[in-house]
Formats: sequence, C-alpha cells, structure tokens
Amino acid sequence: MKLNKDLMAASATPLVLAILAEGDSYGYAIIKRVKELSDGQLEWTDGMLYPVLHRLERQDYIMARWGTAETGRKRKYYQLTDNGKAQLAEHRQQWQTVDQALRLVWSRLVQGATVPVISGVY
Amino acid sequence: MHETLFDAEAMIADWRRYLEQRRALAGEDIDELEDHLRGQSVELQGTGLSEEEALFVAIRRLGKLDAISHEYALEHTERLWKQLVMGSGSATRGTTDRELLVVLLLAAAAAFSFKIWDLSGLFALHPDQDLPLFYLVHAPYFVVPWLCGYFFWKRSLQRADRVKIVPPLVAGLVVMNVYPFIPLGDTHLLGILHLPIALWLVVGFAHAGDRWQGDSGRMDFVRFTGELMIYYSLIALGGGVFMALTVMLFSSIGLNPAQLVFTWILPCGATGAVLVAAWLVESKQGVIENIAPVLTRVFTPLFTLLLAGFLVTKLFAGQDMAMERDVLIIYDIVLAMVLGLLLYALSARDLMAPPGWFDRLQLTLVVCALLADLIALAAIAGRITEFGFTPNRLAVLGENLILLVNLGWSAVLYRRFIQGQQPFAALVHWQMVYLPVYAVWAAAVVILFPPLFGFV
Repeated sequence: MKLNKDLMAASATPLVLAILAEGDSYGYAIIKRVKELSDGQLEWTDGMLYPVLHRLERQDYIMARWGTAETGRKRKYYQLTDNGKAQLAEHRQQWQTVDQALRLVWSRLVQGATVPVISGVY
Repeated sequence: MHETLFDAEAMIADWRRYLEQRRALAGEDIDELEDHLRGQSVELQGTGLSEEEALFVAIRRLGKLDAISHEYALEHTERLWKQLVMGSGSATRGTTDRELLVVLLLAAAAAFSFKIWDLSGLFALHPDQDLPLFYLVHAPYFVVPWLCGYFFWKRSLQRADRVKIVPPLVAGLVVMNVYPFIPLGDTHLLGILHLPIALWLVVGFAHAGDRWQGDSGRMDFVRFTGELMIYYSLIALGGGVFMALTVMLFSSIGLNPAQLVFTWILPCGATGAVLVAAWLVESKQGVIENIAPVLTRVFTPLFTLLLAGFLVTKLFAGQDMAMERDVLIIYDIVLAMVLGLLLYALSARDLMAPPGWFDRLQLTLVVCALLADLIALAAIAGRITEFGFTPNRLAVLGENLILLVNLGWSAVLYRRFIQGQQPFAALVHWQMVYLPVYAVWAAAVVILFPPLFGFV
C-alpha cells in the first residue's frame, strides 16, 4: 500500500525514532523493519528515507556515526539522542490522540452502517 | 544459454558517477546509498535473483533520482550554492595547506620586491606626492616573476623550459632602463603601456606549462586571465573598503594614517593580491562556475546594440570624426572589448554544440566591430598621410590592423561554422594561434619604437 505523501511525511519521523529506540540501526535495516512492522503493507521509496534521517540528525533527534559493516564496508549508523527520546514521547502522545479519535469515529461509522446505534459503548 | 559476464562493481561505479553529478548529494550521502544498494541486492539474491537482476531491482527501489535529489536539496540548501571551502575535504587537505603557505610566501615576496625600493630610500613613497616613475616603469616586475614561480611550483615543467622566461624578462628590464628615454615622452609612455602586455605572454607560458603548444593549454590561460581580472577587482573593492575604514578609524582618535595606508597597505596589498587572486582562480577550478563567460552572455547583446547603433548614427547623421588621440584610444578599447567578448564566449562554449542564436549574435557583433575598425583605420590613415608618422599613430595603426585581421578571419570562420561547413574548433584554433601576435606586437612597440623615433 502506498501512503499519500502528507501521511508518509508525518509518519516517517515517529516510525524512524521508534525503530531507533529499539536500538542503533542503519538505513537499509530501518526500511526492512518498517516493512516487517507493517507486514509488508507500508512501502517507502527507499531513497526517500535518507533525507529524512539527515533532517532528524540536523534537528538533533538522532546522531550519526560511520562504522564498519559485517562485510567490512563502511556504513552509517544512527542512534537516538535524549532530545529524540523526548520528541518520540511527544509524537507518541499526539498519534495516540489522533488514533483514539479516529477509532471512535470509525467504529461509529461501521456501526451506523450495519447495526442500529447502541449507545453507551464508549 | 551462454553466461554474459556481468561486472557488478563496474555497474555500481557507473551509478555512483551518475549520482555525483547531483549537486545536492555529497560524497558521504552516496556512500550511504551505496551501502543500502548493496544490502538490498544481497538480500534479493537470496530470493533467487541473479546479481545483475538484483542490482537493477535495488536501484529501481531506491526511487526516482530527481525526486530523491529534490528531497536532499530541501534538506541541504547550502549545497546548491557551490562553496569554495579552503582547506577542507579530507584527502586534499595537506596539499592545499601547503599551497596556501607557498602562495602567502610568494605574495609577501611580491610585496617586498615593491617595498624594498621604498625602504632603501632609493624611490621613497610619500602619501602626498605622485608615485615615483620607477614603479610605473617596473610594475610588471613586482608581479610576473612571482606568478611564474607559483606556476613552476605547481606544475612540472622542465628546467630547460623554465629558463625560457628569463630572456624576455631581462630584455624588458634592459630596454626600460638603458634606452635614453625622455621621461614620459611618447615612446616611453608607449613602452610603459605595452611592456605588461608583452610580459603577460610569459605568464601564459608558465601557466600552460608543457601544454603551451596546444589550443587547450592556451585556452586555459585565457580563462585564467579573465577570472583573475574579476577576482582581482573584487579583492580591490574589498581592499578599498578596508583602507577607507582604516583611515576613518584612526582619524576618529586624532591620528592621520595616510603614511600607513599609502606606503604600506596600498602597495603591499595591490601586489600581493595578484598572487592571492591567482591562487583563488587555480583552486576554484571546477568548484564555481566561471564568471567571465556569464558576463560575456550579458554584455554581448548590449555591445552589439551599441556598435550597430553607433554605425547607423554615423551613416545617417555622421560628421567627420574628430581624430584626436583620445578618440582613437576609445576605438581601441571598444575593439579590445569585442575581442574579449569573443574570446570568453569561445572559452565557455561546448565545441560540439550546433550553431545557435548566440553564435549569430556573435557574428553580428564581430561584423559591426569590423566596420568600426575600418572607420578608425581610415581616419588614422588620413591623419598619417596628412601629418606623417608619430609613435602613437603607428602604435594605434598596428593595433587596429592586428584586430582587423583577427576579426576579419573570425567573421569568415564564424560564418562557415553557422553554415555548417566547418567545426567550431577551427575558430578556437585561429584565436589561440593568434594569441602570441598581441604580445609580439607589444614587444615590438617596447623594443623597436624608441630607436625608430629617436626616443622622443
């Protein structure tokens, strides 16, 4: 499934921050993890992740360092900073709020379409 | 079925080169993307794809390059302004640091070669007196040897070739100091004006190194000259502001810094800045677009209009030109400008590109300049038949003839190129072959004119 551009831009930051909260990682592994988490449903254009990573680095949410991969080639690793942790918590709160509101309205819609309204569920 | 040999490394190298053309992507970004590409490719091979197929799919999945580099550009806007960063960049740091040191030493040496005549009291500088004539006469010598030294240091040139610059330098020195000139007489003044032109060819020889015999080496020197003038002008503007502020700051506490400004900052800055400007031009190659061709594009239409307008006006409303000396000089300056516009348009042109509107405009400009040159020549000839030869008239006549030959043949070559009969390179070749002619004529004015006209 391709997300629309705005949603993708909005969700990329919390996704990347959350994945890095699981542990340090690098570009390709982050993209793999996104696919894994969404059961292959979320498909980013691979190249688009990197400008996002650079922006987060500039905003001091993540830190980059060059290391060596198992293959012996150099690889850029990213790590969450304290700032990033705080940012992640904030994102989480906002998304939960949005998520809650959406769930509520989705469920009303579904109920409205199929069965009579049962008041007092929420 | 036969196996075709597939070279994954070569393909990745090609892909890298393609990315490197994007300004928004820095070397390390490409390293990062390459790591991604390799990771993706290895995983795809695990699912049964061949190495070649895996790489293709991996590149495809990275996404459209335009879109990606657009995102990079949004994140790194500073990269779109090509930066001339001195002494950064990991690999070349050592050499640029050393080069900077050499340049600063040479600039100091150049400044010292000027100052020593003041310090020794032989030709003392005074803030409220004119510059001693000595400095005007020897102006090229405070700069040219050090510039040549810089290029010798920078490029490999045989010792036998290096010493070739000595005879012309010595010859100029001897002529200017041994000939019994009347100070600031006609031939003396002509010598002072023409010596720098002749010696600039020596700089060109040192600049081109062993490429002086080829068109490309000479064309690089033309580019270098144009950029040097622009950089020097910019430094001079900054220097002017610096000196003005020096004067104002010290005046505010009741001191007069004229001595400091006019006997130290101005002479040392003016000589040393040539070396620094040369170094800037050398180190910015390939980092920043050349500015001379850009100015050429801006001013070619304007000069074409100017000359065409002038010719039309002269045709319909013209009276006989007052052929005073300064009028002729204006003609020469205009023609030299046209030649400069032509040279710098050539220097930036893709030799393979087909003729376009700008080429037609250039041809128009050259033809207009030719007509103006003919008018000037007719006037000079009239004056010479009426009043006889003087050093100035002969010098102007020679310069106009040289320009006439150059512009005339250029017009022919340009026309052939536009009609598709000849490659553009023929025009470039003609200009490059002609380059030494200016210096040879200038040398002739310096060396032959004084005895010819009795050192007046």
